[in-house]
Amino acid sequence: MSRIQSTFTTLKQQGKTALIPYITAGDPHPKHTVNLMHTMVKNGADMIELGVPFSDPMADGPVIQRASERALVHKVGLTAVLNMVKEFRQTDQKTPIILMGYANPIEAIGATVFADRAKAADVDGVITVDYPPEECGDFVKELQARDIDPVFLLSPTTEPKRVDLIVSQASGFVYYVSLKGVTGAANLNIEEVSQRVASIREQTKLPVGVGFGIRDAATAMATAAIADAVVVGSRMVQTIEASNDDNLLHNVATLMTELKTAVDAAKK
Amino acid sequence: MQLYDMPDARGHFGQFGGTFVAETLVEALEELRVMYEKYRHDPEFLAEFAYDLKHFVGRPSPIYHAKRLSDKVGGAQIYLKREDLNHTGAHKINNTIGQALLAKRMGKPRVIAETGAGQHGVATATIAARLGLECVVYMGSEDVKRQAPNVFRMKLLGATVVPVESGSKTLKDALNEAMRDWVTNVHNTFYIIGTVAGPHPYPMMVRDFQAVIGVEAKVQMMEMANRQPDAVVACVGGGSNAMGIFYPYIDVPNVRLIGVEAAGHGIETGMHAAPLTANSPVGVLHGNRTYLMQDADGQIIETHSVSAGLDYPGVGPEHAWLKDIKRAEYVAITDDEAMAAFHNLCRTEGIIPALESSHALAYAEKLAKTMRKDQIVLVNLSGRGDKDINTVAKLANITL
Ligand SMILES: Cc1ncc(COP(=O)(O)O)c(C=O)c1O
Repeated sequence: MSRIQSTFTTLKQQGKTALIPYITAGDPHPKHTVNLMHTMVKNGADMIELGVPFSDPMADGPVIQRASERALVHKVGLTAVLNMVKEFRQTDQKTPIILMGYANPIEAIGATVFADRAKAADVDGVITVDYPPEECGDFVKELQARDIDPVFLLSPTTEPKRVDLIVSQASGFVYYVSLKGVTGAANLNIEEVSQRVASIREQTKLPVGVGFGIRDAATAMATAAIADAVVVGSRMVQTIEASNDDNLLHNVATLMTELKTAVDAAKK
Repeated sequence: MQLYDMPDARGHFGQFGGTFVAETLVEALEELRVMYEKYRHDPEFLAEFAYDLKHFVGRPSPIYHAKRLSDKVGGAQIYLKREDLNHTGAHKINNTIGQALLAKRMGKPRVIAETGAGQHGVATATIAARLGLECVVYMGSEDVKRQAPNVFRMKLLGATVVPVESGSKTLKDALNEAMRDWVTNVHNTFYIIGTVAGPHPYPMMVRDFQAVIGVEAKVQMMEMANRQPDAVVACVGGGSNAMGIFYPYIDVPNVRLIGVEAAGHGIETGMHAAPLTANSPVGVLHGNRTYLMQDADGQIIETHSVSAGLDYPGVGPEHAWLKDIKRAEYVAITDDEAMAAFHNLCRTEGIIPALESSHALAYAEKLAKTMRKDQIVLVNLSGRGDKDINTVAKLANITL
């Protein structure tokens, strides 16, 4: 069983929803990333989604775009990100790490080399935003051959027939994008999300994570009641953006505690 | 003979092309693919398209035998396909009319576009005004500065121009921003992409709408010279004017197809926009797989060209394919060479060409010199240079 799968199994036994914070690796500066990861775990992260900076983050809103730009100032690419995961693993062998990024940095080194290196760094899952299942069959095989979970996004516009196709390729969990638009947009409709998550569950036994548009304790709690995992991205990055070297870890810890309390308080 | 029949049903040209987009866009592209399949051979749709090309754009655009230029160069006869004479001044209008007519049939009241030089933005704003559609154009803030007259034209036509401040602030970033708008507003918005790039069906659809250039040229060359040209030369940014004139010639033997990329300050300086000529690696950007200018980490690198319309780090996937199967050749022309060809055409033929098209002209001059006087080089003169007068004046240190 992969680390992601066993984490979900344990949480399920405890009647809990996973909290998955997202940060962009190298933001605000590469020296902070591993510390930020440990801080998030200490304050309630069940898994971590680690963004791989890309020059052209087409599916991201301005907040995560700026995070990518800050990281790219320090030339943080895929190799640097994998080294950060390795460093994190020296003291944490338990928390699943899911890389999230775009296809081109992977294409630049090739699917096989990437899968080897991700395995060597002990990465658990990979989300490649612009790799729909039709275009990445070989990539999925390379990952699964190494027990790395390919995680796919489902959107409000994904037809049930496509949900079948996507869940047939996915493992670990599926990630429901809770609104139309880019990351950071603010029009989460919990009623609608709830219905969609219910219908996705009819098509797969995989855990369902929900993300995009969860920005505070209230939305986190509402989402935790219906999902197996709550992903918080833009709000994490905003907090990082608004911090300085001295209060960065403190501010992120405070936000995590707030979110964790809300997620744990959700009625299932 | 096996006739050329690309792309496949999913938009692949061999390993190139495809649909590399976030899940949020898949359904919108599927809707577009189905609608385009429905209308691409529909007689009524095609008749409406043809009517607008004739009465609104002024097609067919003539072919002109540039005799004085040919004599001066001393070699093959240079003929020009005069896309510069189209309404709005470039080939871009052909495609925007096709896509806008499709938008209307799909019941989308709002169109968006990305633009580099501003020609595609102007062409989109123009057809949007004519059809009563709301129009938003994304343009890199660097290009907004370089192409001020076109920004003003778009505004006159009622479009909203949004300067894009992210990344390198040029065409690729405008495309990113337009994609972001589209994911957010797919329910009422049609994205009119301006070149043969983007996810399937765009590269195929834009090629089909631009193919009128080559279809006309084949007939006109017979009328004028009683033969087809020995070489067809076109500049390549994303590659729409080149695909438009190449496509109908792909199955015609003995016609060389030559795409001219922007070598900027020179391929060896790294400051260029010539992924094919520079042998850039294969990658994925803007929804398709193609040759891409990038660093070792797979980050897209900044391009340079004196012409905003060629300043793009990738190239349409069909050009990548035509290069690999060796049906087309790709070369590059520097800023300086393009400027020289620009001035040359102004003075010898009384035609002010776009800086983009000047790249094709510069290579045609080089090529013609190596050929016999009874041979023919057909250049796609993709646009006129009125939009470039500020850039040219600045380079020549002239205050307007
Ligand atoms: C006159 C002209 N030619 C060529 C281009 C390049 O585009 P493409 O390579 O798609 O023809 C542009 C783009 O703005 C243009 O304005």
